[in-house]
Amino acid sequence: MIRSELVQLLSQDNPDLSPKEVEKIVATLFDAITKRLAEGGRVELRGFGAFSTRARSARIGRNPRTGDTVPVSAKRVPYFKPGKEMRVRLNV
Amino acid sequence: MALDRGTLTRADLSEEVHREIGLSRADSAAVVEQVLEHMCLALARGENVKISGFGSFILREKGQRIGRNPKTGVEVPIAPRRVLTFRASQMLRDRIVSGN
Repeated sequence: MIRSELVQLLSQDNPDLSPKEVEKIVATLFDAITKRLAEGGRVELRGFGAFSTRARSARIGRNPRTGDTVPVSAKRVPYFKPGKEMRVRLNV
Repeated sequence: MALDRGTLTRADLSEEVHREIGLSRADSAAVVEQVLEHMCLALARGENVKISGFGSFILREKGQRIGRNPKTGVEVPIAPRRVLTFRASQMLRDRIVSGN
């Protein structure tokens, strides 16, 4: 399922909303999650899963094409842990 | 970046929809639930879910393996199962690195 298919399904559920409004709702949701993660917080959606960020320390990377070493600075990366109910539903 | 504002929940998401879109609080809560439910249903059907600009929820099939109860040391078989991983889009990664 891709984003546009999700919008389509939601439009069917909500005939009173225009597809444009539905797209805006979807954008609002994923934007709110992104914003909170960027602020260093976490997002917990019971039954679905939790989004958080994890620290990665600085390291010496390598350009795979040229073999040159390049410094990679410390950063935070997004992480998702599926919820319990989700794990169960994937395996019925 | 490290300005931690705590945990965002469903309630915060529906409040955001209420403020941004102008739906009633009840309708906002319902639509948040519908989004999560459609994603969950697609994954349960075995479909990956790709949200452009955010990331992909990808299913992986794990084969059976022999596990061990770490407390008792008893070997137990772990049944084949389906697990869910999330691969963040470059846009999400960039926004987390830059902190906005």
